[in-house]
Amino acid sequence: MTKTDDFYQLEKPILQLKEQIDEILLAGEPGAAAKVDGLRLEIEKEWAKIAPHLSPTQIVQIARHPKRPYSLEYIAALMTDFMELHGDRRFADDPALVAGFAFFKGRTVAVVGQQKGRTTRERLDRNFGQMNPEGYRKALRIFKLAEKFGHPIVSLIDTQGAYPGLESEERGQAEAIALNLKTMFTLRVPIVCLVIGEGGSGGALGIGIGDQVMMLEHSFYSVISPEGCAAILWKDKSDPAIVRQAAENLHLRAQDHLALGLIDTIIPEPPGGAHVDPEATFKIVDKHLDEALKKLEGKPVEEMLEERYAKFRKMGVFVEK
Amino acid sequence: MSANLWTRCNNCQRILYKEDILENLSVCPACGFHFRLSASERLAMLFDDGQFDIVDHNIQSLDPLHFVDSQPYSGRLEAYKRKTDLPEAAVTAIGAMGGIRTVICALDFAFMGGSVGSVVGEKIVRATERALAGKTPLIVVSVSGGMRMQEGLLSLMQMARTSGSLAKLDQARLPFISILADPTSGGTTASWAMLGDINVSEPNAFVGFAGPVVIEQTIKVKLPKGFQRSEFVLKHGFLDDVVPRKALRPFVIKALRLLLNRLQ
Repeated sequence: MTKTDDFYQLEKPILQLKEQIDEILLAGEPGAAAKVDGLRLEIEKEWAKIAPHLSPTQIVQIARHPKRPYSLEYIAALMTDFMELHGDRRFADDPALVAGFAFFKGRTVAVVGQQKGRTTRERLDRNFGQMNPEGYRKALRIFKLAEKFGHPIVSLIDTQGAYPGLESEERGQAEAIALNLKTMFTLRVPIVCLVIGEGGSGGALGIGIGDQVMMLEHSFYSVISPEGCAAILWKDKSDPAIVRQAAENLHLRAQDHLALGLIDTIIPEPPGGAHVDPEATFKIVDKHLDEALKKLEGKPVEEMLEERYAKFRKMGVFVEK
Repeated sequence: MSANLWTRCNNCQRILYKEDILENLSVCPACGFHFRLSASERLAMLFDDGQFDIVDHNIQSLDPLHFVDSQPYSGRLEAYKRKTDLPEAAVTAIGAMGGIRTVICALDFAFMGGSVGSVVGEKIVRATERALAGKTPLIVVSVSGGMRMQEGLLSLMQMARTSGSLAKLDQARLPFISILADPTSGGTTASWAMLGDINVSEPNAFVGFAGPVVIEQTIKVKLPKGFQRSEFVLKHGFLDDVVPRKALRPFVIKALRLLLNRLQ
């Protein structure tokens, strides 16, 4: 990737401005608010130069940004009394997926989220957010609990994919994902899915069937990673130009999916991306999530289930001769 | 041409008389190696007297993403249509198995590796709907490398809608038998193929989710012999049985009779 392509280079002025804001807020001197407003305006100006030209590869970089908010941060910011529940009751607990119940705006919700881990230690412990079969089975257990008690489900998606390992194959990675796909169509409670970062193929879809499937503006969702696609179709995953070509061809951005009816909503991110202003991001997500749930909560269950299936039923582009 | 009368077994390397292999359901008479079957061979092998009516045939892929790798997807599609004389990588047919009216959708590896885009997904969903409407069992024969990258996320969503359609089959209490032939891989395995009321495969068929190369690169360990082969998957509890091709049709008929309570 050349310097001008690299989002992590491009965003440097924004991050510097963001740093200044943080310093001012920390110092808490008089007149701080006006200074912060001025700097925010600067960020907006810088962002206006970058945003219209973001390439798919750069979107992938934002979605994978090491500072991007992860599932647990959304849960902490949006919900109260989160009680994490562990284990699939069959084999083990999968730390790559957090799951449990919490209150969200006056109602209990079941929440599941893929969690990448922030520090090196945590990343290793959480397997970089790549789930094993027991993770999908834990999610299913929580989904069934949600259905039993009539609570809506919130599913946060952020994974490069389901873990490709020896033991995950032995324990039926494919069966675990498949069963979730089928069962999620039958759950008699509202399901809202939100891609917050990486929507990595079947690993993402395994918790991704919902009445509302939403994506953050700079997240991506793809049948295969651009690197994986480049390796298979171009036999080259190390050449950035090839990976860029793969990313462009895959049409992995939120607006691509909205246009094809594969997702329902795009949630805008603050200037610079979610990591530049997590608080603002949480606020927007909070609003969208609540609105989505309210709409679904007013719907008769049978109608909701029919619409859930009908939406996916239509996902295909073909011609009949 | 005499050259066309003979072929070499991929496994034991013996030179064999083609007619002998065909008579043996494309299983090597010498070593038992199962050659890959085309969709039409598979349908002919499964249905009573090899009789069936093809349905939903002329659904064809478009190139919604205008995908271009070493060549445009649209060009690839045309080449595969010519090569296989098929409109897409799956063929659906209706016929009888042991006298029981049945819908079978069979994938064809020769068409882009049996990869799944909008059309294969649509065919499986429609096959399920036909089973629902006719109150018949559904059988899907998978031979597939997984989701088709050239249709991007549209392909991934085929996993979703095929699985969703099978939930309806559950509610209607109709049997779904999944035949996982060599190879059944990726998103194909992680959707309908693992969702059979009965999952059955053939000897030494590849059945797995992640590709072995990807796994080796990830875990940096050489994979054991027989890993992701049908016998391995059976041992780990994700297949009901592995049966040789000759026994497959009787196996399926017996399964349907038992599930549907038909003594004869």
